Amino acid sequence: MNKVPNNKAWWLVLPVFILVAFSALIPLMTVVNYSVQDIFGPGQAYFVGTEWFEEVLGNERLQASLGRQFLFSAAVLFIQIPLGIGIALMMPTTGKRASLCLILLAIPLLIPWNVVGTIWQIFGRGDIGLFGWGLNQLGVDYNYTANTGDAWATVLLMDVWHWTPLVALLCYSGLRAIPEAFYQAAEIDRASRWAIFRYIQLPRLKSVLVIAVLLRFMDSFMIYTEPFVLTGGGPGSSTTFLSQTLTTMAIGQFDIGRAAAFSLIYFLIVLLVSWLFFTAITHLDKQK
Amino acid sequence: MNMNKRKGFGITAYIILLMLPIYWLLNMSFKTNQEILGQLTFFPQNFTLANYATIFTDPSWYSGYINSMIYVSINVVITLLVALPAAYAFSRYKFVGDKHLFFWLLSNRMAPPAVFLLPFFQLYSSIGLFDTHIAVALAHCLFNVPLAVWILEGFISGVPKEYDEMAYIDGYSFPKFFVKIFIPMIRSGIGVAAFFAFMFSWVELLLARTLTSVDAQPIGAIMTRTMGASGIDWGVLAAAGVLTILPGLLVVWFVRNHIATGFALGRV
Repeated sequence: MNKVPNNKAWWLVLPVFILVAFSALIPLMTVVNYSVQDIFGPGQAYFVGTEWFEEVLGNERLQASLGRQFLFSAAVLFIQIPLGIGIALMMPTTGKRASLCLILLAIPLLIPWNVVGTIWQIFGRGDIGLFGWGLNQLGVDYNYTANTGDAWATVLLMDVWHWTPLVALLCYSGLRAIPEAFYQAAEIDRASRWAIFRYIQLPRLKSVLVIAVLLRFMDSFMIYTEPFVLTGGGPGSSTTFLSQTLTTMAIGQFDIGRAAAFSLIYFLIVLLVSWLFFTAITHLDKQK
Repeated sequence: MNMNKRKGFGITAYIILLMLPIYWLLNMSFKTNQEILGQLTFFPQNFTLANYATIFTDPSWYSGYINSMIYVSINVVITLLVALPAAYAFSRYKFVGDKHLFFWLLSNRMAPPAVFLLPFFQLYSSIGLFDTHIAVALAHCLFNVPLAVWILEGFISGVPKEYDEMAYIDGYSFPKFFVKIFIPMIRSGIGVAAFFAFMFSWVELLLARTLTSVDAQPIGAIMTRTMGASGIDWGVLAAAGVLTILPGLLVVWFVRNHIATGFALGRV
């Protein structure tokens, strides 16, 4: 659509600008302010420059947390994106069954995150949970509160359960936008099932997949409530991700300067990685 | 035909797996604590509504649901009111700094809420909004407004500009055109934006919990109370969990015909 140059349009954007400036710019400036000072109490603050940043970058606990976070987000993307596409391809396309499918798929997305944690906390327990009990009955020595591997598997499984429907719903709506004529042409050409997927469906899914990858990356990178309720970050600190480390630092220990420097680094990493994904995917687009 | 059967089998199996944890929660919410801790049963042996009765008769329980509903509703209203004109502007006009502004907005969707925890707490405390519904509603605008602008911009771009021009020729003023003609035309887009705003505000807990203490405490924060001195009250915890799923089901029922287009976020 060709847009008309008109600077008066700023008046329409102004409410959003004021609101977001109030709820994002002011807090962000506060964080920047804290990150360069050492604060002992009201009126007792000293300018320390980049000291906090240097310390945070060298802090081993934070580096370990960052490593776990990247591992978790990578695992989430590798599992959920292909699985979501697969589910979208299997979903019925018309009729009552299609809308029933859509509603059932949307349910995990509408459950408060702490309740998602609670559901899996119960579900995975060996004594009162179906999942943990079932595994134990099958002879698997499973205990997510004591065993690091089990804790990781449970957190991952919970996230797959929680968020794969989002990828599936995005892909489903992308698939619905493909005109029927494309499939008819493929049938005349006797294209294989794989060829239809590779040359008709996948290219058409690209724009929704960009959204799905970005949303899943951002949200898995900020995950807090679900693992906090499920494992509390344990056993040890094996499932403590970045948001939990930061929250403990800021609210628990009230270590404001360090937490502020950490916040800014955290935010910049999310922005940078999202930007990399976005440009990489749109760049591939242009090459074709 | 064989292919369709395989597909039907696959999707059915997936949905059964998806529903298993929810079935277990529902199953547990109708049991007594003795039964839950005693032995594993697939259906409640002594069916009881006592867990739900606890929640519906105790104000300190059910006020959590009311608080959550209030701030979510305020958030949806604010989000739509500010996002609609902005989305229209982004879709129809070029103006100084439009692209930068759009990306700056979206970058706020990428901000980890944990980053804003401390400054939000201080900001809302200093202006006397701590422990009010409006504070949580405003805080949730941080990620809901950018998303709503983005979704609505997609839907609005799908409406040909000739409609706008025709309305001007017919002598409509801009506000009248916007409310009387334009909003009804993109109502499915508005429904979808409202759905997403509801969803992300309803499920968020970290900010909601930090910005409230008593008067506006969300249900998620109240649920942690079930861990008492005598261990966890599993039955009530499960019942409270089931009740948090219901509002989402209700909302999804309203937008069921728009979900497919909705999840394309207005841009396929």
